[in-house]
Amino acid sequence: MRITDLLQETQLALSANKARSGLTMLGIVIGIASVIAMVSLGQGAQGTIQSSIEGLGSNLLTVMPGFLQPGRGFVSAGRGSAQSLKNEDSEVLRALPGVAHVSPELNRRLQIVAPTGNNTNSTVIGATPEYLAVRNATLAAGSFFTESQLRSLGRVAVLGPTVAADLFAERDPVGQIIRLNRINFKVIGVLRSKGGSGFFNPDDTVFVPLSTMQKIVAGSEYLSSLAVSVEQKELMASVQEAATAALIAKHRVDPAAPDFSIVSQADIIGTLTQVTDTFTMFLASLAGISLLVGGIGIMNMMLTTVTERTREIGLRRAIGARARDIERQFLLEAVALTFLGGVIGISLGWGIAAGVARFANIATSVSLASIALGSGVSAGIGIIFGFYPARRASRLNPIEALRYE
Amino acid sequence: MIECRNVAKIYRSGEEETYAVKNITFTIRDGEFVAIMGPSGSGKSTLMNLLGCLDTPSAGQYLLNGADISALDDNELSGIRMRQIGFVFQSFNLLPRASVLRNVTLPLIYAGIKRQEREQRAAEALTAAALPEKFWSYRPHQLSGGMMQRVAIARALVNNPALILADEPTGNLDTKTGAAVLATFQKLHTEQQRTIILITHEPYVGEHAERIIRLRDGEIIDDRPNNQRRIL
Ligand SMILES: Nc1ncnc2c1ncn2[C@@H]1O[C@H](COP(=O)(O)OP(=O)(O)OP(=O)(O)O)[C@@H](O)[C@H]1O
Ligand SMILES: [Mg+2]
Repeated sequence: MRITDLLQETQLALSANKARSGLTMLGIVIGIASVIAMVSLGQGAQGTIQSSIEGLGSNLLTVMPGFLQPGRGFVSAGRGSAQSLKNEDSEVLRALPGVAHVSPELNRRLQIVAPTGNNTNSTVIGATPEYLAVRNATLAAGSFFTESQLRSLGRVAVLGPTVAADLFAERDPVGQIIRLNRINFKVIGVLRSKGGSGFFNPDDTVFVPLSTMQKIVAGSEYLSSLAVSVEQKELMASVQEAATAALIAKHRVDPAAPDFSIVSQADIIGTLTQVTDTFTMFLASLAGISLLVGGIGIMNMMLTTVTERTREIGLRRAIGARARDIERQFLLEAVALTFLGGVIGISLGWGIAAGVARFANIATSVSLASIALGSGVSAGIGIIFGFYPARRASRLNPIEALRYE
Repeated sequence: MIECRNVAKIYRSGEEETYAVKNITFTIRDGEFVAIMGPSGSGKSTLMNLLGCLDTPSAGQYLLNGADISALDDNELSGIRMRQIGFVFQSFNLLPRASVLRNVTLPLIYAGIKRQEREQRAAEALTAAALPEKFWSYRPHQLSGGMMQRVAIARALVNNPALILADEPTGNLDTKTGAAVLATFQKLHTEQQRTIILITHEPYVGEHAERIIRLRDGEIIDDRPNNQRRIL
């Protein structure tokens, strides 16, 4: 039997009962569309998280106080683990080969008051001029503080765009005075937005010189973290190892339980990717259930069709169709239905994903992989759920099939 | 040429064995027009299934053009049916969704023949079965019973078979259209020298053949030329 004839037989058979074929196909359309839409949500979330983490600086290692055990979170080292990083540590790290910049940081969450009377709660970061290079930050207006302002405990501040908007709305913040912990700071610059969102918004911050932060605002000689940028991606692992060894030596701590931990950007992205993958899988399997229901619909319809067309099957066998011709014909009918349903479902899912991105402002991403997967799965559903009915049709005894009423 | 040597078909239900046909021995030469007659339950359809290679004998030998089909498997039997047998059924068995022409070409689709040749051969078969061309694009339900049966005859002819088997072909037709169908068979026999086996329980129908084989309780009780043949 020629393939074009087989396809024509399929088309004739499916168009013989358009309403039934359409409704059965609808099950697959809904299933595939929801899988595509759900996976696009998961992948969109992943893309957003990844790009916002990468936006925080490239080839970045972050040194944090306390010991991070894989799978157990931070474990207290007993003697004030949150206070183990000091300014000297940044000199130790800067001396390591492969290190481009080091940005020591001390964070506090403080209330910030503007002369307009507006106030906001936000993260105040004591930093050094190297912050810009390490974190890929650029200025939208004014300038960042200098080394001399750092040495002289300058009372100057640079605002993140969110804070600037909260405090000064449309007005130019540069040159204005703000109060942190009842201390006056002069605003000398505003950073350009990084467009982050969610649990950590890099735009919702205020920067002051580290020395001023430590001695005047927070009253602490310790650091919240040290960000280290590495010259090349390939050096990340070796620099991480060298930094760990150097800080262990400097702090004179047990190498098995240091009082700090170093996390690379790749680790963070890896962990978050795991989270979003799980999230994507969860959404996809919810949608997969509707696909399964669609598949059962196909099987149900095919079984009905086989019963209804028993005499036709008998006739086809009598005029020379082999069992395998019959099997192929019915299998192809099921696959044609699911494949067509898959194609429509992919377009629909794509449309839903685009609609969600546009109207609900949630990032979605339809990848080629999910389209390929969608069409593969839909054809596969046809084979799986069409196989049994097709087998049943092919095994009918021709004599009994011809006599069937 | 068709040859049956002591052919039997046994149906088993549990311990019980029933012979649907037994001791069937006869030879049908190419170009013969034979009627197989007998009362209900005498084994006519069973014999037709065997002769049509839809089934294999439980005992004995069945030779179709010298080839023993008793030992063939399901696939090989399908191939024999595709090339050598044409069936005409009491209830026509046309596909309702396909046009007359497509119904007739159906056996050639399974033979893997290209569309153009298929349609040409279908046209020849429909002409031989005396169905006017204006009906070829019709759906079966738009035709009368007699016309439907002529479509079925054309379908049986289209693969140029060695043997045409018709099981009660006039059973669903009134006398007049039945006669027209029988005339078609006679025409195929005289003009195209087709080998035709007509299965019926009606004496009037059987009398159109040249030879009559009578069955009772699965056995041949009579096999002789038909001297009072009706010619239409
Ligand atoms: N599949 C089967 N299983 C068991 N017995 C069967 C089967 N098919 C036929 N028989 C038996 O074989 C015998 C012959 O049946 P068959 O159908 O060949 O008769 P027939 O001459 O065609 O009758 P009718 O004129 O009613 O069509 C009957 O006794 C029938 O009960
Ligand atoms: Mg019968």
